[in-house]
Amino acid sequence: MNEKALESAYRAHFPVFRVHPDLIYLDHAATSQKPLSVVEAIQNQMVSENGSPHRGAHQLSVKSTEIYEGGRQQVMAFIGGLDPREIVFTKNTTESLNLIAYSYGMTFLKPKDEIAILISSHHSNIVPWQVVSQKTGAKLVYLLVDQEGKLPETELKKINERTQIVTFPWVSNGIGTKLEPRQLIKKAHEMGAIAIIDAAQVAGHERINVIELDADFLAFSGHKMFAPQGIGVLYGKYELLDKMPPFLTGGDMIEYVTCFETTYEAVPKRFEAGTQNVSGVKGLVAAIDFIEQIGLDAIKTHEHKLTQYMMMRLKELSFITIYGPETLNDRGALVVFNVEGIHPHDVASILDDHGIAIRAGHHCTQPLMQHLGLTATCRASYSIYNSERDVDDLVKALYKVRQVFGYDD
Amino acid sequence: MMTDSIYTEIIMYHNKEGHNKHLLDHPSHVERGHNPNCGDDLTLQVEVEAGFIKDASFVGNGCAISTAAMSIMIDLVKGKSVEDANQLVKDYLEMIRGHELSAEALESLEDAQIFASLQKMPARVKCGTLGWHCMRVVLESQDSSESKITLDHNI
Repeated sequence: MNEKALESAYRAHFPVFRVHPDLIYLDHAATSQKPLSVVEAIQNQMVSENGSPHRGAHQLSVKSTEIYEGGRQQVMAFIGGLDPREIVFTKNTTESLNLIAYSYGMTFLKPKDEIAILISSHHSNIVPWQVVSQKTGAKLVYLLVDQEGKLPETELKKINERTQIVTFPWVSNGIGTKLEPRQLIKKAHEMGAIAIIDAAQVAGHERINVIELDADFLAFSGHKMFAPQGIGVLYGKYELLDKMPPFLTGGDMIEYVTCFETTYEAVPKRFEAGTQNVSGVKGLVAAIDFIEQIGLDAIKTHEHKLTQYMMMRLKELSFITIYGPETLNDRGALVVFNVEGIHPHDVASILDDHGIAIRAGHHCTQPLMQHLGLTATCRASYSIYNSERDVDDLVKALYKVRQVFGYDD
Repeated sequence: MMTDSIYTEIIMYHNKEGHNKHLLDHPSHVERGHNPNCGDDLTLQVEVEAGFIKDASFVGNGCAISTAAMSIMIDLVKGKSVEDANQLVKDYLEMIRGHELSAEALESLEDAQIFASLQKMPARVKCGTLGWHCMRVVLESQDSSESKITLDHNI
């Protein structure tokens, strides 16, 4: 056992660990902890920069508009975009994906069209398409992954000339497998389909470049990358967004409204109805600054080492089964496992008593779980605030979990 | 160490021993309980005859708390009248909600009393009440208009 392992140097940036000094937070994939710089940026916005964006002539309204539209520019740069009109602010990944489903899917899909969905998708990338399928008559086709969560090349044959949409998670939150997105995007484009990438488990973990990817749509949440909950992003190619009808309607997304007719704002404001989450954008921008200051390469290296260490330590335990790919390059920053003889919910409860926060259950990926023949799993996910020490403590606590259940390991 | 303390011998016994975990030959009622958040999926089988619970059992997969709560409940209600079982369900769910029970009511819950600590463990309340809600639905389907249970489904 590595007694000399230290806590992460980055841990000091996160005030949560001052309030809960013993907390070992291994649930980053569900939501990240927040650095002080993000908390302060939001506080500052609320105290001294708060006004309604896009309306009113007063100074605070102008300031608020600057924060919001400036944030759009920064988000665009963060994901390698070239046109700020291609960045739509949403609540989270779920809303981004629903926006595509309701606006694009409901408008352009017809009976006999096909929607190809990777089976390892999150419910937020499955349920909206079920609704679209029921309304439009388009057919859902699942691309099946193997036991490691990888996509066999033969599955690509399911993408054909009837396919209109190919949608998939870049990194699966349910099993941790990282896909090569370009392969799927290329195949989608060859067949005349559009490609949608759920990047919720990638944003803030490694560099995203929507132009190099040639992604049609890409969705992610702020709260999984150090920003607050309630701010998310949808990237969409301008020519696609421009032909899409509004998702939500009301204030801020209109040009002229008469009693019976309305003309809509141009993209992206057409998709941003009502007073927007300016403090969320402020926090998202602060989170991007925080990430860029540390450097995505440094973050990736840190997480990669943790993955390696966690896999090594968990493999030492005969009572642990690890799911997902063997090779580190095919993994996101999470490890999914089960403890022999003990239900994941019991594991999580006992770990919680030892100050260790993990996720247990189906991780909003029930079709994947059914496909892999699993009912529930434990998931440890991590970020720069975690260290090898956290992994050591997890391993020690897992022995205790087994003890509670009467096993003598 | 709130959680460690609920993993008592009784719970571990019921979780491992599984004497109530099997199918009935002639169930009059089958009720599936599912806790989608954690994957508990248990099905209660009951044989009601002449106003009495003649036999009961369960099958499925769940965590230690949900399976032990189910098994302890089955031990408790077997042989009881529908009316008495109804009262036990009512008392148990009241206990989990943190309501004070009479000493007599508490005693009637026997081993199930150990789940009283769930009132302080909100993350596990659904585990500890899954089987009892199955039983509640079974009993409601009996004509028990006098003792109709109207409790919050979330508890």
